[in-house]
Amino acid sequence: MSVEQAVVGAPEEDGAKTTPRHVSRSVTLTIGCVLVGVIVIVAVVSLFWVPFAPEDTSGRRLMPPGLPHLLGTDKLGRDLLTQLMIGARIALAAGAGSVVLGGVIGIAAGLAAGFATRWLDDVVSALLDILIAFPTLLLAMLVAATQAASLTSAIVAIGLAMSAIVARLTRVLVKRVLAQDFITASRTSGTSWPRVVIEHVLPNIWPTLSVNLALQFGLAVLAEASLSYLGLGAPPPNASWGRMLQEAQASVFIAPVGVIAPGVLIVVLVIGVNLIADGFRDVADPTRRRRR
Amino acid sequence: MTAYLLRRTAFLVVSLLLAAAVLFLLLRLLPGDPANSLLSVGATPDQIEAARHQIGTDRPLPEQFVSWLGQLATFDLGESFVSTLPVGPEIATRLVVTVPLTLLSFVLAVVVAVPVGFVAAHKANTWYGSILSGVSQLGIAVPVFWVGMLLITVFSLSLRVLPAGGFPQDDWADPAKALTSLTLPVITVALVMSASLIRYVRSATLDVLGSDYLRTSRALGSSFARAMWRHGLRNAVVPVISILGIELASTFLGAVVVESVFALPGLGGMLVKGLAQHDYPVIQGILFVSTLVVLVIGFVADLVQRLIDPRLRHSLARDAR
Repeated sequence: MSVEQAVVGAPEEDGAKTTPRHVSRSVTLTIGCVLVGVIVIVAVVSLFWVPFAPEDTSGRRLMPPGLPHLLGTDKLGRDLLTQLMIGARIALAAGAGSVVLGGVIGIAAGLAAGFATRWLDDVVSALLDILIAFPTLLLAMLVAATQAASLTSAIVAIGLAMSAIVARLTRVLVKRVLAQDFITASRTSGTSWPRVVIEHVLPNIWPTLSVNLALQFGLAVLAEASLSYLGLGAPPPNASWGRMLQEAQASVFIAPVGVIAPGVLIVVLVIGVNLIADGFRDVADPTRRRRR
Repeated sequence: MTAYLLRRTAFLVVSLLLAAAVLFLLLRLLPGDPANSLLSVGATPDQIEAARHQIGTDRPLPEQFVSWLGQLATFDLGESFVSTLPVGPEIATRLVVTVPLTLLSFVLAVVVAVPVGFVAAHKANTWYGSILSGVSQLGIAVPVFWVGMLLITVFSLSLRVLPAGGFPQDDWADPAKALTSLTLPVITVALVMSASLIRYVRSATLDVLGSDYLRTSRALGSSFARAMWRHGLRNAVVPVISILGIELASTFLGAVVVESVFALPGLGGMLVKGLAQHDYPVIQGILFVSTLVVLVIGFVADLVQRLIDPRLRHSLARDAR
C-alpha cells in the first residue's frame, strides 16, 4: 500500500469511529501487558523465592492441590507450583533469547541486503528464501539434538531460524525507506550513510519490525515448548512447561493440574505477547489501522 | 510465462542444492560423532576408527558431500547407521501416515477457516464477529501438542469414542480403521492451523470490503453478493493462496510434532528416533525430503498465484518470487 493511499484512506475510514477504536486498542494493549506482566512477575519472584527447592522430591507423588503443596506434586513428588514458577523463567528466557539473537542477526543481515548492490541483494534474498523454506522446527530439532539438548541449544536453534524471517522483513522495509525522497534529501545535504541509517532508516522501520519481533517472541515460546515436549529442550531439573506437560501426560486423571496449568500458562504468555503486538501495531503504525 | 517458469524452476533446483549443502554442513559442524551410535559405551579407539571408516565419516568433507549429492541424484538416501536398512523406502512407508494426516488436516482447516474468516470480517463490528476473532487469537497461542493431549483426555480416556494413538499394522488395508486412528490427530492439527488461516482470510476480506472497487460496484447497483462474487473474491483469493502454500508446509511440520503425541508411525516418529540415535542418514534423509516438500509447495503456490492474478504476470514479476 502506498503512502498516498493510506493518507487519503485514513479520514473517511476513522471519522466518528475514532474514539471507540482507540479505546479498544488501548484495552488490547492493557490486557496484553497484564497477562505478560503476571508471567514476568512470577519469573522474577522465582529468582528469589520458590515454595520448595526444584529438586526436592520429599513430597508424596501426584498429590492433589492443598497444603503444603498449593498446586500438588508431580510424579516424582516435586512441588508443581515451584516447577511452574521456574518454567516461567525458562519460557521468558527462551522467548527473549531467541528474539535478541534472531533480531540482531536478522536486522544486520537485512540492512546489509537492503543496501547491497542488486547482484549481492539477489544472492542474499535467494539464500534467505531457502533458509525460510527450511522448516524452523526441524532446524531447531537438528541443532538441539546434535548438541546435548539444553535451553541454550534451543535458543540458538530458534533464534537462527528466526533471523532469516527478520532479515527478509528488514530488507523489504529498508528498500522501501531508501526509495523515499527524504533519504535523497538527507544524502544531498551531506549526511553520511551510517548516520542516515541511525537517523532515518532505523526509526522508520522500527514500528513494523518491533511488532514482528513481538509476534516472533510468542512463536519462540511455542517452539521451545514443542522442543521440550519432544525431549530436546532444557534438561531436568530445569522445569520447562513443555517438558512438564510431557511428564504429566500419563497421569492426567490422577493429577489433572499438571496437564492443565503449564498449557494455560503457555497460552497466557503467548496471547499476552500477541495482544501487545496488535495494540502496539495500531499505536505505532497508523497506516495499518484500517486493516484490523 | 515460459521465462518465468524457467527462472522459477532454476531457483527451485538451486534452492535444493543449497539446502542440501546447509543440511550437510550443519550436521557435520555440530558436535557429536555419528560413529558413537554404532558402538557400545567403552569402545576402543580402533573400534571407533573402524566404525568411522565403515560409515565413511573418515573421508574429507567435500568428498562426503559429493558422494551424498550423487546418491541424492539417483534418489538413494543411503542406509541407516543403526538398522542398516535403506532410508528411502523407510521414509516412503512413513509417508503413508504423514501425507494423509497432512492433507486431511489441511483440507479440514481450509474448509473451516474460509467461511469463518469471511464472517469474522463481514461481521467485524458485531459481537460474534469479535468472538470469532478472539477464538482465532486463542488458537494461534495454543501449543499444538497440548491440544492433542486435551483431545485424547476428553475423547479417548473419558468418552472412549476414539483411539488415543497408534495406527493399524496393515496401514490402509482397512481404510475405516486407519481413518479412525487419524481422526483425533487430524482434528488437532486442523484446529491449530485453521486459527492462523482464519486471521489471513479475515484480513484479506477486510481489505476487499474496504476497497474502492467494491464500493463502486455497489454504487452501480450490484447486490453485495454479486459484487463480492465478481470483484471481491478474485482479489481476496490472491493473498490467501500464497498463505495457503506456507500453511500447507507448516501443517506438514505440525503433523510431525503431533505424531509424537499420538504415537503414529510417521515421519515425525522416525525423525525423533533418528535424532536420539545420531543416525545421520536418517536425519539427513528426512530433513531433505521435508525441505523438498516445502520448496515444491512454494513453487506450486507461486504458479497458481500467477495463473489467478494477471497483474503478477506483468510488472511485478521480480517481487512475485
